[in-house]
Amino acid sequence: MLAHLPVLQVLLPLMAAPLCLFLRRPYLVWIFTLIVSGLAFLISISLLQQVMVSGTIVYEMGGWPGPWGIEYRIDKLSAFLLLIITAMSTVILLAAHTSIQKEIPKSRQIYFYILYLFSFTGMLGIVSTGDVFNVFVFLEISSLSAYALIAMGKDRRALWAAYQYLIMGTIGATFILIGIGLMYQMTGTLNMDDLARRLPEVAQTRTVFAAFAFFIVGVCLKLALFPLHLWLPNAYAYAPSIVTAFLAATATKVAIYLLIRFTFSVFGLSFSFTTLPLQTLFVVLGLIGIFVASTAAIYQKNVKHLFAYSSIAQVGYMIVGYSIGTTMGLMATLLHLFNHALMKSALFLALGAVMYRIGSVQLSSFHGLGRQMPFTMAAIVAGGLSLIGVPLTVGFVSKWYLVLAAIENGWWPVAVLVLLGSLLAIIYVWRIVEAAYFKEPAVATDRVREAPMAFLIPVWLLVAANIYFGVDTRFSVEMAQAAAQSLFGVSP
Amino acid sequence: MSISLEVMLQLCIILPLLAAVGIAVTGRNPNLREGVTLSTSLVVFYLVIELYLGLKAGEIITVQWWEIIPGLGFSFTIEPLGMIFALIASFLWLITTVYSIGYMRAHNEKNQTRFYICFAIAISGVMGIAFSGNLFTLFIFYEALTLSTYPLVTHAGTEKAKKGGRVYLGILLSTSIAFFLLAIIATWFVAGTLEFTPGGVFDASVNTTVAAVILVLFIFGISKSAIMPFHRWLPAAMVAPTPVSALLHAVAVVKAGVFTVLKVCVFIFGIDLLQELPSTQFLLYLAGATVLLASLIAMRQDNLKARLAYSTVSQLGYITIGALLAASAGIIGGSMHIAMHAFGKITLFFCAGAILVATHKSNISDMRGIGRQMPITMAAFFIASLSIIGVPPTGGTWSKWFLLMGTLETAQWGLMVVLMVSSLLSIAYLLPIPYRAFFPGKGQAVDQGGIKEAPTASLIAICITAAGCLILFVYPQPLYELAAAILEIPGTVHE
Repeated sequence: MLAHLPVLQVLLPLMAAPLCLFLRRPYLVWIFTLIVSGLAFLISISLLQQVMVSGTIVYEMGGWPGPWGIEYRIDKLSAFLLLIITAMSTVILLAAHTSIQKEIPKSRQIYFYILYLFSFTGMLGIVSTGDVFNVFVFLEISSLSAYALIAMGKDRRALWAAYQYLIMGTIGATFILIGIGLMYQMTGTLNMDDLARRLPEVAQTRTVFAAFAFFIVGVCLKLALFPLHLWLPNAYAYAPSIVTAFLAATATKVAIYLLIRFTFSVFGLSFSFTTLPLQTLFVVLGLIGIFVASTAAIYQKNVKHLFAYSSIAQVGYMIVGYSIGTTMGLMATLLHLFNHALMKSALFLALGAVMYRIGSVQLSSFHGLGRQMPFTMAAIVAGGLSLIGVPLTVGFVSKWYLVLAAIENGWWPVAVLVLLGSLLAIIYVWRIVEAAYFKEPAVATDRVREAPMAFLIPVWLLVAANIYFGVDTRFSVEMAQAAAQSLFGVSP
Repeated sequence: MSISLEVMLQLCIILPLLAAVGIAVTGRNPNLREGVTLSTSLVVFYLVIELYLGLKAGEIITVQWWEIIPGLGFSFTIEPLGMIFALIASFLWLITTVYSIGYMRAHNEKNQTRFYICFAIAISGVMGIAFSGNLFTLFIFYEALTLSTYPLVTHAGTEKAKKGGRVYLGILLSTSIAFFLLAIIATWFVAGTLEFTPGGVFDASVNTTVAAVILVLFIFGISKSAIMPFHRWLPAAMVAPTPVSALLHAVAVVKAGVFTVLKVCVFIFGIDLLQELPSTQFLLYLAGATVLLASLIAMRQDNLKARLAYSTVSQLGYITIGALLAASAGIIGGSMHIAMHAFGKITLFFCAGAILVATHKSNISDMRGIGRQMPITMAAFFIASLSIIGVPPTGGTWSKWFLLMGTLETAQWGLMVVLMVSSLLSIAYLLPIPYRAFFPGKGQAVDQGGIKEAPTASLIAICITAAGCLILFVYPQPLYELAAAILEIPGTVHE
């Protein structure tokens, strides 16, 4: 049983999804989904322990060894990502039943959970598999279900947002597929481990360069790197709150995982960073992304839009850390991956609570919420402080390592810019604070009460995690460090 | 006593936090709530006294908590400079508590529970800063202090308060993240440690250009010391209720700033290195300019609190100069000025608050003849003004004396002139207020309503701090010994 965990991790939600149809009642389906996600979380913990103790797990599908059979490969990076995805999904699902009551008609609620599970499966699959074509398949599973999930939003603009995302996402996926196809053409293999061995032999060919370029652009579309981020704000803003929280916490993270996995483990460090001017390109795009998206966030009237732009900026931070190209830089990226998942899930879930009570997340509808929903607003403030990077929150830890990595590499201007970028976060977070605490409610809304426990419990769990992992960084730092070191150790 | 000094140190930081919880629980009953505040501040003051005696007896008190980032964690230690700050802050917290009970009730302020909660958290932050053993710990409490005082500054909840709070938080948080944090990370990268070390953490091989840049980042980043051009938050913070201005923006927050500057100069750079850095001279001139310009601006303010705020900016410049002079007398003068200015300025703010509560006046031009109604308050105002100016028989004399000695010792003639001129300017902007209050001049319509002083609790507080100004003149010995002890820590000064 233990030996089959790598595949069970993916198979469990995949099998569970159609079973939801038999349960019929949304409440039961919710419980069922929650249990599945919880089990996946337990599996990921167990996998993480195994990986930490005995190194990379290779699971051969049907007993066929790679490169002929399909391999699932769980190393430290994958295990770390699996943990993030399953943990976030489980906590966010706690609020799902309550949240979708107001946002999705009863007749469609079952489908919501089915799609959710498919999307969940796709992400887990991308992270677990050691086969590049599998990556594409799982990417499509998670993306297609995500398009449908976004389209379920109450707002009619959700359809348009989903359509935009569908077009952009499909272009991205196609690019990835072209990249994979070219790689296969040159090497005759789809196994990542095998590719890593064979690609260097043909590395100096135009086809491999093209494959790399297609792949990178495709992935950058998925991870919403500036200037390929245009699909993200609307998709996040008009999706159902739970979907926003789930995607913000996991989807871009998985894309960043793909970027790291392919540049480090498949193409290899020397190819990705020495042969091509990727480093300069990424650091410039990352920094521009931080400033443009943060500035855009300041001007948003819809708070979901605001945090969506902030997500694009945070992706910029991760890309900057990644482009530094040192163990410390990669570690900062992985750390921020984890930390940002905690911040944004807390924030978007809290916005879900506001949506539940007020029915809108326009900045103007936040007036007076400081008194009406004190616990929800306190959570938003705490998450916002974490986003700014105030000490004793996870944001501070990320920023510390990112700046240290930049300085260590002699990139002083980058260190300065990274810190200046976080000043913009102060402005957009404080706009919400001022709206909530200094404005009187627009309408005398005596009926607005604190959010129900179904929201408060997961939101505050996440806020507590924001503070806990900001105070005791042993787990997150050690995991990020181990993953970064193993990536640098494996690659030539 | 059965509790060890180490436990006492931690209690100084934790007790105010517990008090905040206690205040929140007892919020419905004002008497109980203020009882909690008062008793906590009494206990904290007592603990600091015990620690002081321990330090005097030569005990070495250090506490380590867990590590946040490998190699960097909470660490606390007690040295003379921190002791001065802790003594002042804990004593004046006690006095301010007494004062604010009178003030807040007489003024019928709203949200008093929130006020006392944030106040207690801020004090915890101050204690953490005073006792921090490394720069990392100090930074954490520094930011905690900024955030916990934000609700106090914006207490009124009006549009004006919101704007003031924006400037306050904007400047303090921005500079601390953009400059201070960068300086800390750079120090950590260059020196490999953030422990406060006598003689500094940088070794002889350090690149002076890098160190010079880091020094500039530190001085700009620690904007709580209100060096220009990052001083605007201090006048903006004057929208806060007067007890907040009195304790936090005349004592705790601003002194946390200059205390950090002193601490960085003495224990991170070390006096020797500081003298060699090319940027020191530039920063000294900047501090000198702050002293002068702030005094000039203060003269033009009609709002009493605004005038006092600019006076604070100017006086903080004195301490920054003392730290940057990198001379024994400068360090002693700067450290002593932390205490002297604290007593003087808190008295002035208490008086401003008393005038506001008793007569609802906040502009200086309206205060002619007010001495007839509020003789005790205005007498205290006079004494405190003398202390700020630095003339006998008040405590301010001594610190200014040592600061001037420092400029002479290092042959900084320009700065010496700046300090003298600024003292003259402070006469011009402070003394007319009590003078006009008692001698309104002929032809002025004076309110003959008889004596109408502030609430008794507030009056007691004013008398205590004003007396403090006088006592520190006659009896500055303990303070001087503490200040001098900073230089006697082995390694601080190379002979």
